[in-house]
Amino acid sequence: MTDALLSGANASTEVPLKRRLRRAERTRQVKALALVLPLLVFLLFTFAGPIAGMLWRSIDDREVRQVLPQTVAALAGWDGKDLPDEKAYAALASDILAARASGTMAIAAKRLNYALNGFRTILTSTARNLKAVPEPGTARETLGKINPAWRERATWTTIKDASGPVTGFYLLAALDLVRDVDGAIVAAAPDQAIYRNVFIRTFIISLGVTALCLILGFPVAYLLATLPPGWSNLLMIFVLLPFWTSLLVRTCAWIVLLQSKGVVNDSLHWLGIIDEPLRLIYNRFGVCVAMTHVLLPFMILPLYSSMKAISPAYMRAAASLGAPPVTAFLRIYLPQTLPGIGAGSLLVFILALGYYITPALVGGAADQMISYFIALYTTETANWGLASALGAVLLLATVLLAVVYGKLVQGQQVTGGMKN
Amino acid sequence: MSDNPSLRTPSQRIAWTATILVSTLVFIFLIAPILAIMPLSFSSGSYLTYPLPGLSLRWYDDFINSPRWMNSLKNSIIIGVASTLLSMVLGTLAALGLAQWKSRFKPLVLAFVLSPVVVPGVITAVGLYFFFAPIGLTGSYLGLILAHTALATPFVVITVGATLQSFDTNLARAAASLGASPLYAFRRVILPLIMPGLASGALFAFATSFDEVVIVLFMAGPEQRTLPREMFSGIRENISPTITAAAVILTTVSVILLATMEGLRRRNERLKGSNA
Repeated sequence: MTDALLSGANASTEVPLKRRLRRAERTRQVKALALVLPLLVFLLFTFAGPIAGMLWRSIDDREVRQVLPQTVAALAGWDGKDLPDEKAYAALASDILAARASGTMAIAAKRLNYALNGFRTILTSTARNLKAVPEPGTARETLGKINPAWRERATWTTIKDASGPVTGFYLLAALDLVRDVDGAIVAAAPDQAIYRNVFIRTFIISLGVTALCLILGFPVAYLLATLPPGWSNLLMIFVLLPFWTSLLVRTCAWIVLLQSKGVVNDSLHWLGIIDEPLRLIYNRFGVCVAMTHVLLPFMILPLYSSMKAISPAYMRAAASLGAPPVTAFLRIYLPQTLPGIGAGSLLVFILALGYYITPALVGGAADQMISYFIALYTTETANWGLASALGAVLLLATVLLAVVYGKLVQGQQVTGGMKN
Repeated sequence: MSDNPSLRTPSQRIAWTATILVSTLVFIFLIAPILAIMPLSFSSGSYLTYPLPGLSLRWYDDFINSPRWMNSLKNSIIIGVASTLLSMVLGTLAALGLAQWKSRFKPLVLAFVLSPVVVPGVITAVGLYFFFAPIGLTGSYLGLILAHTALATPFVVITVGATLQSFDTNLARAAASLGASPLYAFRRVILPLIMPGLASGALFAFATSFDEVVIVLFMAGPEQRTLPREMFSGIRENISPTITAAAVILTTVSVILLATMEGLRRRNERLKGSNA
C-alpha cells in the first residue's frame, strides 16, 4: 500500500490500476481461503479436536480433587516432609464420609490405586469403618487406627501428587518413571516398568520390517524401472493388487498359510524337510512376515519412481569411462536412489510404528506393539490417562518422522524440477 | 526379457538374472497369500487346509444367509459411499482453494490437511472415542461416516490437486470473460477437466473407508459393524471358511477398484500423449 502511495507521485495513471489489481488479488485470496475453510473446520471437529482432547487427557488429573476437595485444599500448604497436620486428617474424614454418601469413592480410589498399589483397599476399608465425623482433635488417631497406612507419609504424598488439576504422572508412567516420596523422578519398580520395553519392541519390529521391505523391494523396483513399459506395467499388478487388497484379507491369508496345518507346514512336511509342524504364527516371525507383506508396496512404489527418474545414460557414461559394473552401481546408481530409499524407508517405518491390527491377529502376547496397549487401556481397563500418555509419545515420534519425510520428499521435488 | 541394453559382461548378466530371480520370489510372496485363500472359500469341507475334499458354494450360501455378514456388507457400503461423497465435496473445494491460495502458511495448512493419513489409526480412534462418546456419536452411522471422511479426504485433495497442477487457469478466466457465472464455469469447464483426478480420489476414498477397521473397532456398536470388523472378530474367534468367502468378496471389490484406477490412468496417459 505504502509503496503504491510513494510511487504515486510520478506514475499517477498507474496507481488506480495497481490498486485495483491488488484488491482483485486480495478478493481472490479470500475466496480461495473460503474454499479451504470447510475442510479445515471439518478436520478440527473430526481429527484435530479429538487428538487435542486425547493429549489433554494425558495430563488431566481432576478425579481426586473432585472427590476429596477438602483434603486437597488442606494439603495445598503441606511441605510433604512430615505427616500432615490434624486439619488434613479432619478434612479427609469429612471427604470420605461425603464420598461414601454420594458413591463417588471408586473414582478417586481408581486414580490413587494407579499411583500406589493397594490404595483402593486403604480407602474402602477406611470408608467402611469410619462411623461418623471424628471428635475435633482426634481425626489423626481415628484414621490411623482404622488403617495404619494413614500414619505413612507415602499415602499422603500420593494424594498430594494426584490433587491436580494437571499432572505429569501418566506421561512419566509411559516412560517407566515415577515420583518418589520426596517428589524426585526415579525409575519405576521393575514389575511396573513395561512400557520402555514395549517402545523398544515397537521400534525393533518396525526397523526389522523396514529393512526386510528394503531388501525385498529394491530388486523389484529396479526390475520394474529397467524393464520396457509393457512388461513393467504388467508386473506392476503384482505390487498393486496386494496394495489394494484389504488388510484383513491379507492377514487372514497369512494365518491360513502359516498355521500348524497350513499350506507352508503341509508343503514342508510333504517335501520331507520337517516332521513336526513349525510354529510360524502367533509369534514374532508371523508378525514380521505379515507386516512386511502389507507394507512392501509402500517401499516399492517410491523406490520405483526414484529409479524411473535416473537416466540410463549415467550408467553408460560410467561404463564408457571404464568403471567396472559394481563400481558404477555403487558410485553412480545407488547414490541417485538414496532419496527414494529414504522416502520409502521412512514411510514404511512411520506406518509400521502405529500398527495394531496385524500384530493383534498374528502375534503372541510378547509381540504386541504400542498401539495394542493404547487400545487395551482405552477399551478394556479404562485407564484413559495412561492410554493418552502412550498415545502422546507415539504421536510425537510419528510427527517428528513425518516432518523429516516431508522435508525429504519436498527436496526431491525441487531437484526433480531442476533436472527437467 | 533379456533385451536389457546394458548387459555386456557376464557379471552383469549374472546380476540381472539374480534380480529377476529375487523379484520373481518377491512377486510370489506378494501374490501367493491372496491366491491361496481363494480356493478355500469353494471348499466343501469345513477345514482351511489343502487338498480340498470337494468343491461347493456352501460358504457363500452361508454368507448370504447370515444376517450378521449381510448386515456388515450393507454397513460397509453405506459408510463407504457416504464418506466418499462427503470427502469428494470437502476435498475438491479445498484442492481448488489451495491451488489459488498464495501464503507462506500454505505448506503448514497442506500438512494439516494431509495429516490424517500419517497419524496412527489407534491415535485417531482413541481421540474420536473420547470426543464422540459424550455427544452421542459413538455407536452411530454418522460418527463413523464423519471419521472415515476425515481419513479419506486427504486422498481427494492429493489427486484433485495433482490434476489442478496441469490445469490452465486461463480456461476459467476465458469462461468468465465469455459471461459464464462461476458456478456454470465450474460445472462446464473446471469439473470435466478435473474429473479424472476426482474419480481416482473417490476410488481411494472408498477403498480407505471400505478397508478401515481400527476406528470401527472403537466406535461402532453391534448395529454398525462393517465387513472388515466382522472379519476381525471372525479371525479372533475361529476362522470358519465363511471368512474366506468374505475375503473373496472383499478382494473382488479391490480388483474392481484397481482395474478402474488402471483404466483411468491409461486413459489419462493416452490423452496426455495425444496432446503432445
